[in-house]
Amino acid sequence: MSPIAGTPGLRRRRRRTTLVGWSFILPNFLGFAALTLVPVIATLLLAFTEWNSYSTPEWVGLDNFRRMFDSDNFWAALSNTTYYAVGHIPLTLGASLGLAILLNQKLRGVGFLRTAFFFPYITSLVAVAVVWNMLLSPDVGPVNQLLRAVGIDNPPGWTTSTDWSMPAVIITSVWRDMGYYMVLYLAGLQTIPAELYEAARVDGAGPWKRFWHITLPGLRPTTFFVLVMLTVASFKVFDLVQVMTEGGPGRSTLVLSQLIFREGITQGRFGYSSAISLVLFLLVMTITVIQFRLQRRHER
Amino acid sequence: MSTTVLRKDSASATTAAPPPSGATPSRDRTGHPWARSRAGRVAGQALLYAVLAVLSAAILVPFAWMLVSSVKQDSEVFTVPIQWIPRSFHWQNFADIWTEIPLLTYLGNSLFLSVTITLLQVLTGSFAAYGFAKVRFPGRDALFLAYIATIAVPWQAYMVPQYIIMQRLGLVNTHLSLILLQAFGAFGVFLMRQYYQSIPEELSEAARLDGLSEYGIWARIMLPLSKPALAGLALLTFVLTWNDYMGPFIYLTDNDLWTVQLGLRSFVGVYDARYAMIMTGSVLSVLPIVVVFLLGQRHFVRGIATSGMK
Repeated sequence: MSPIAGTPGLRRRRRRTTLVGWSFILPNFLGFAALTLVPVIATLLLAFTEWNSYSTPEWVGLDNFRRMFDSDNFWAALSNTTYYAVGHIPLTLGASLGLAILLNQKLRGVGFLRTAFFFPYITSLVAVAVVWNMLLSPDVGPVNQLLRAVGIDNPPGWTTSTDWSMPAVIITSVWRDMGYYMVLYLAGLQTIPAELYEAARVDGAGPWKRFWHITLPGLRPTTFFVLVMLTVASFKVFDLVQVMTEGGPGRSTLVLSQLIFREGITQGRFGYSSAISLVLFLLVMTITVIQFRLQRRHER
Repeated sequence: MSTTVLRKDSASATTAAPPPSGATPSRDRTGHPWARSRAGRVAGQALLYAVLAVLSAAILVPFAWMLVSSVKQDSEVFTVPIQWIPRSFHWQNFADIWTEIPLLTYLGNSLFLSVTITLLQVLTGSFAAYGFAKVRFPGRDALFLAYIATIAVPWQAYMVPQYIIMQRLGLVNTHLSLILLQAFGAFGVFLMRQYYQSIPEELSEAARLDGLSEYGIWARIMLPLSKPALAGLALLTFVLTWNDYMGPFIYLTDNDLWTVQLGLRSFVGVYDARYAMIMTGSVLSVLPIVVVFLLGQRHFVRGIATSGMK
């Protein structure tokens, strides 16, 4: 420690800096603490309590979880959410990466194409869901008209069928989201030095080799980020299913966040819905941590 | 739509300062696999364009269909095969919809919420970000970690306690609840801090020597310097708030408080067979966002690209 570290003047200055620092953060922090930090912690506690909108909270340990694991709705929601994630994540990842590579080239009209692909992402989800519901309408919808025209006599019933409702939601979501992740990939592609490609070409590496040994490794940080974002987004999906199918038909598209909403806000079962929230949170965290681990192993 | 939008260099601005021009690695003109000979290159280009044409059609056809259907009669929306040019243009739809549903109220509510939330988000977010990026004080980094950690927590996992708080405060079914919920997000702080960290420390140091207070540095140096990041954050927030469905769906029950998303959804539920009118409503709900996007899309894309890196 330097000899002047404890002098009163310096201490006063330090205290002043601390005050100044807090004063910058405070306006945002107050709102953030009251409406994000506290609720996050509250979820952790409420999950172990029995609390209805009219009762007082009571500590019940793992009761909510036992009830959850006995509930058909919970397992349906969990498996539907997983189904959605397993469909949405790889399809969106593949489509956005493919688009980014195609649109990273010198092409006529590339700016227009990039805008076109990005466009669905900024349009409102309700409008997207409404239009796709009509496009996928089983009897008269343009999609099934097209399918019949190419010889598929019995096209899917899409949102009216328990088997096809989730694929319908996934198709719509990939269509909407791929442009957003394409932008992230385009940004990632720009960070790969052009000299690498030049050097590889001089060494006689073909296009596939260059893609495999330069592009893909160069995009690894982007891919990691995209994967994490897609995972979080997939497990919390709500708007699209709520507007397109309301979780139906039957329970075929009921997802975890809908269940949390129904139990917690519609039914007022605060404790039970918090337990489902905790499961959702742990699920997302676990997958993200695994992704982090894999990413770090790759880096070594 | 103009072809100059989303220009070649717009996605290259992954860092705060735009990289020197000419550094775009997309000069890889033979980057596709069919580039061996001249003939092969031409064939490759043709194939590439064909693939892109099909893909962009798949993206744009739903929009085209929405636009065309919005000026049809209900009975004409689902004709087989699709009628791309309506027999007669029912522009009347665009006049009628305002009396069918209180669309003006909905649009006004959406605008009010989006503007208020965006302003608060940008203001408090950049203010806090300066504290996190440029002022050193004990506990700062732990606090920032709490911000980052909650970004990763899905909102759906803590919306119930939030709802309880709002209920106890008597704010359910008010616009204020949504404003409070969305204006103090951690994301804006994170995004702006990223940007402020790229501004050299010497600049604030020099300003301090000139006698400027930390607040002065924020207002007179940081804010003007961070205009692109502010614009990016503002556009992202505006679009997200405008398009949000779940928040208003949970909090707003009174029809006259509804946003355009809720209004449109309820219109679809009530008037099941008014296909053309539903399309008209969809077009009008998307239109303001299209305008905002086209006006500021370079900032918008840059905001996304910046948030995605590091």
